[in-house]
Amino acid sequence: MVISGKGGTGKTSITASYAVLGGKEVVVADCDVDAADMHLLLKPDFKHKEKFYSGKIAEINQDECIKCGKCKDVCRFDAVPVIDGQYEIDEINCEGCGYCFHVCPTEAITMKDSLSGDFFISKTRVDNTLVHARLAIAADNSGKLVTQVRTEAKRIAEENNIPYVIADGSPGIGCPVVASVTGSNLVVIVTEPTVSGIHDMSRVAELIGKFGIKSVCIINKADLNDDITQEIKRFLNNNKIPLIAELPYDLTFADAITAGKTIVEHDSGMISRTIRESWKKILKTV
Amino acid sequence: MFFVKRMKIAIASGKGGTGKTTLAVNLASFIVQENSDNRNVVLADLDVEEPNSGLFIKGQLKKSEVKYRMVPEWVENRCTFCKKCADVCNFNALAYIGVSVLIFPELCHSCYACSELCPENALPMKADRMGEMRYFLIDNGLHFVESRLDIGIEQAVPLIKQTHEFLDSEFSDDDIKIIDSPPGTSCPVIEAVKDADIVLLVTEPTPFGLNDLKLAVDTMKELDKRFAVVINRYGIGNDEVERFCEKNGIPVFGKIPQMHEAAKLYSNGKLLIDDIKEIRDEIGKISMNVKMIR
Repeated sequence: MVISGKGGTGKTSITASYAVLGGKEVVVADCDVDAADMHLLLKPDFKHKEKFYSGKIAEINQDECIKCGKCKDVCRFDAVPVIDGQYEIDEINCEGCGYCFHVCPTEAITMKDSLSGDFFISKTRVDNTLVHARLAIAADNSGKLVTQVRTEAKRIAEENNIPYVIADGSPGIGCPVVASVTGSNLVVIVTEPTVSGIHDMSRVAELIGKFGIKSVCIINKADLNDDITQEIKRFLNNNKIPLIAELPYDLTFADAITAGKTIVEHDSGMISRTIRESWKKILKTV
Repeated sequence: MFFVKRMKIAIASGKGGTGKTTLAVNLASFIVQENSDNRNVVLADLDVEEPNSGLFIKGQLKKSEVKYRMVPEWVENRCTFCKKCADVCNFNALAYIGVSVLIFPELCHSCYACSELCPENALPMKADRMGEMRYFLIDNGLHFVESRLDIGIEQAVPLIKQTHEFLDSEFSDDDIKIIDSPPGTSCPVIEAVKDADIVLLVTEPTPFGLNDLKLAVDTMKELDKRFAVVINRYGIGNDEVERFCEKNGIPVFGKIPQMHEAAKLYSNGKLLIDDIKEIRDEIGKISMNVKMIR
C-alpha cells in the first residue's frame, strides 16, 4: 500500500506510525526519494548501500571532436553549450537521449551511465526492513529510483514471507507518484481541510482511479476547517472512498518529529488511538 | 534614464507543504500593494502537478492556452521495418513488435532522434496535449500565470519550460517575477528555478524541515544559484534550522510565526498579509531583503 497526498499533510508521520504498528509484518519503502525523511524517525542502520545508475549522459572526447556542431544542432535540451570554443555537455540539461551520439561523425561522443542516487536496505529500530534512497544532487530519473525502491521492497517481502509493504509516496501526480502507486493494492490518501488540500486530493484520486487501484482516506487537521472537512466527506462519499481516520490539528505531530519519534509512540491519547484503529481498518481492507 | 534591476525570485523547498505557495502569494500581493517603484508584478505557479496559488487570488482570465509537446507518430505505409527507431530510443518509448511499431508517449522525451534519424520519414512528430496555461489579471493588479498538467501526464518539465517561454515573451526584465516552484530536488524544480536571480528556500524548524533544507541547499549550490532561507511556522520544533543557516553563512530573509489563525486563513484560501499584522511585517521584511540583493 502507498501513502499519498499533498506535501505537509502528514504522510511520513502516518507511514512511520504504521511501520511501528506493523513491526516484523511489514517492509517499509520510502518512495519520496526527493525528500526522504522516514529515516529520521525509524533510525535505520544503512546496512546495505549501493549506487544506483539509471539512464545515460553524453560525454565529448575533445581529442576526437572536429567542432562540426552537429551535436549542438540536434540537441533539443540546450545541453551542448560552446565554452571557450569547445563543445561541452551541460550535465544538468542532458536528458541522455543519445541523439548527439548517433550523429557525431567522428564518434567523439560516448554515452556513460548516469548516477541517479544512493540506494539502501536497512533494519530499523522497530525491527522492520526499510528500503530507501537518496536522489543524487540535481539528478534526473527520480521515477526510476522510486521503481527500484518499490520493486526491491516487494522482492524482500516475498522472499521472507512478509505480508505487507507500506510505501511513503511523494507529493504530486507526475512520474515519481505514478512509479510509486504502480502495482499497489491500496492507496491511503492523506489530506487536510484546506483549499489546496481538497484540490490536490481530487487530482490524486482521479489519477488513482485511472489505475483502478482501491483507495481509502485520512483527513488530518480535520478540525481546522469544518466546512471543508464536510466537503471532503461528500467528495469521498461520491467517489466511494472510505474515510478511515480523522485526526486533529495538533502541534504534537511537530513535537513527535522533533523528538525523533513516531506519533503513536509520542502520544498516548486520542491521536495515537485513532491511528492504531486506522491501521486495523487497513489490514481488514487489504 | 535609470537602471532597473532584473528581479526574478523563485520560491522552492525540498520538503512539500512547508509554505511555498503561502509565501509566493503573500509576497507577490505585498509587493503589488506597496507598489513603491511602479513595476508590474508577475506571479507564476510552476508547480504544474498541483498548482495551488490560484486558490488564494481571484481575477479576470486574460488568456488560456492548451499546451502540447511533440511525440512521434508511426506512418505504417512508409515504414520499412529497419528498426533504427527502436535502436536509437534511449527511453524505451518505441517498440518494434511483429509488423508494427508501438509508441508509448508517456516514456517519450521529445528528443526527435527516432523521427529525424528514420531514413523513410515514417515517424513525423505530432503535437500531443499535456496541459493548459492560463493568464489572469488579479483584482489587486497582480499578473498571474498558472500551468496545470493533465492528469495521466507524467513529465512536468516540458510544460514548465513552455511557461517560462511565455513569461519571457509576455513580460520584460523591468517586471518583478515571482515563481512558485514544485517541491523536491529533481528535474521539475531545477527547470522551475532556472534563470532565477535568487531562490528563497522555505522550510520549517523541524528535523524533517532541516533534512530537506540541506538537500535543497546542495541542489542550489550545484546549480550555482544564489539563495536565502525563509523559516515558516517559526516557533514549532527546535532551533537547528537557524543554527544550520548561521553555521553555513546562509542568510535567513524572514521567519513567519506559527499561528493557528494563519492556518485557519490558509485553509479558507485567504491571504495572511491582509489580516495578520505580524505576518505582514515579516513578509515586508522578506520583500526588503530581496530588494537589497545586489
